[in-house]
Amino acid sequence: MGLWWSFLTVLALLAITAPTALTFGFGGAVAARSDIALLRWLGKAYIAVVRGVPDIAFFLFFVIALDQGLEWTRHQITCPGWTEPIWQGNDFRVCDAAKLPLSSSPQWMHEVYGFFLAVVTFAIVFGAFAANVLYGAMWSVPDSQVEAAHAFGMTKRRAFWRILVPQMWIYALPGLSNLWMILIKATPLLFLLGVEDIVYWARELGGTKTEKFTSYPHGDWRLWYFLGLLIFYLAFTKLSEFALARLTRQLSRGRPIKAALA
Amino acid sequence: MSCLETIQAYGLRSIGIGERLLPREDFTLCQQFTLIGSGLIWNLYFAILALGFGFFLSQAMGLAKASPLPWLRKPAEWYILVFRGSPLFIQFFLAYFIFLEFKQAGILPWLTAAQAGALVVLILNTTAYSAEMFYGALQSVPSGDVEAANAYGMTGWTRFRRVIWPTMLRLAWPAYTNEAIFLFHATTLVFFSSFPAWQQRGDALYYANYFADKTFNPFIPYPILAGYFIVFTLLLVGLFGLMNRWLNRHRPGVVRRIRYRPQLIR
Repeated sequence: MGLWWSFLTVLALLAITAPTALTFGFGGAVAARSDIALLRWLGKAYIAVVRGVPDIAFFLFFVIALDQGLEWTRHQITCPGWTEPIWQGNDFRVCDAAKLPLSSSPQWMHEVYGFFLAVVTFAIVFGAFAANVLYGAMWSVPDSQVEAAHAFGMTKRRAFWRILVPQMWIYALPGLSNLWMILIKATPLLFLLGVEDIVYWARELGGTKTEKFTSYPHGDWRLWYFLGLLIFYLAFTKLSEFALARLTRQLSRGRPIKAALA
Repeated sequence: MSCLETIQAYGLRSIGIGERLLPREDFTLCQQFTLIGSGLIWNLYFAILALGFGFFLSQAMGLAKASPLPWLRKPAEWYILVFRGSPLFIQFFLAYFIFLEFKQAGILPWLTAAQAGALVVLILNTTAYSAEMFYGALQSVPSGDVEAANAYGMTGWTRFRRVIWPTMLRLAWPAYTNEAIFLFHATTLVFFSSFPAWQQRGDALYYANYFADKTFNPFIPYPILAGYFIVFTLLLVGLFGLMNRWLNRHRPGVVRRIRYRPQLIR
């Protein structure tokens, strides 16, 4: 049962992360081309830092950092009278009322919280990549389009939403589809974030009974579970490739810029 | 312990030289810098060897994919599809369990060790990714170049060696630089898939994770790790940029800076 549930977890993660990361990416791209210097630097720094460091390091880092950040904030609000230091040697200690989720809450809350942290982590990391793609796409929209909008008397904001944003998607699509492929292939890392995903179950189901013995009663089944996972991912990427190719064809219908998309 | 002593004790810890026990309490900044840096030896080892072997294998594979002979082309296409279509992380797991089976059967037992087995996986993986790049570059060698070679009376091997191959390398180089960066970053996955870190000899991320677990404070070890990786990535970009300059040395003014465009996990 847990195995099938974990497949759903992976699919749910993909379904939730993709739009969230896109939102982060949009925010990042808009910030990076903002007129306000501080915002521009922030946007550019976000893109540069996240992309320069191994992703796994980020996954491991953000899960703890987010958890501690949230608990620390709640701690400041809920227990103002607390005097002990929060980092005590090997421990991160906040008052009970600030624990996330509360230690009294049921098991499913813990799992949902873990899943939520994973989604936010994925969204932050992939948001930077999406930001880079969208940033490039916004520059690819011909200047004359925006200039024409200004000539028609549109304000800057209106020209952005009515002209630039609808037109940039077709330029962003190749990059975004590439990103989607990478996102699919990043989902096994959920296992590192402590979510019980398919990798976890493949290890558990194949492994537990045989791990301790040197003489195996049967072959190590994990091999077959992982082979199954490999095929699952292969099929999934292949399917996405097909769907994205169709989408690209559809979006570029009636556009004279086909060559630029190749 | 002074910082110099720490470096002496842990500087080569990841390859088993020096102090046997990892620090357990009162972690100093120096210890974290030293151990994480020491773990970087493994990242460099994997990256350099995998790139070294992969460079040659991938060109052969790319040529195979471009071959008109179906018995050469089909296997290459499938190989590239499988390794590019599935997550590296799963490949590590799968390979480890295959190697375990081998060990049971008594064939090549040393493959279950990370320094051999994971290296094999990384080589296979980078071969597939770079083969696709070289294949793409091969397809976009300008036909004028080939025709000029024909006009000079070059055929077969000479034409390939003197015209097609250098152009292919030159066209593929910017993409290949990015591949080298991904590969370097992907080496951090090794000890987080199944391969065991024997006697706690792990890579940089392994030690960073160790410190984060022990101190429960991720804000120190991970930024250190990130700093190391950024420095070495820039170094890598620099080296590949030099090579790019050399490949384009006959085209003054054409040399563009390779854009540093790292991407994500495969």
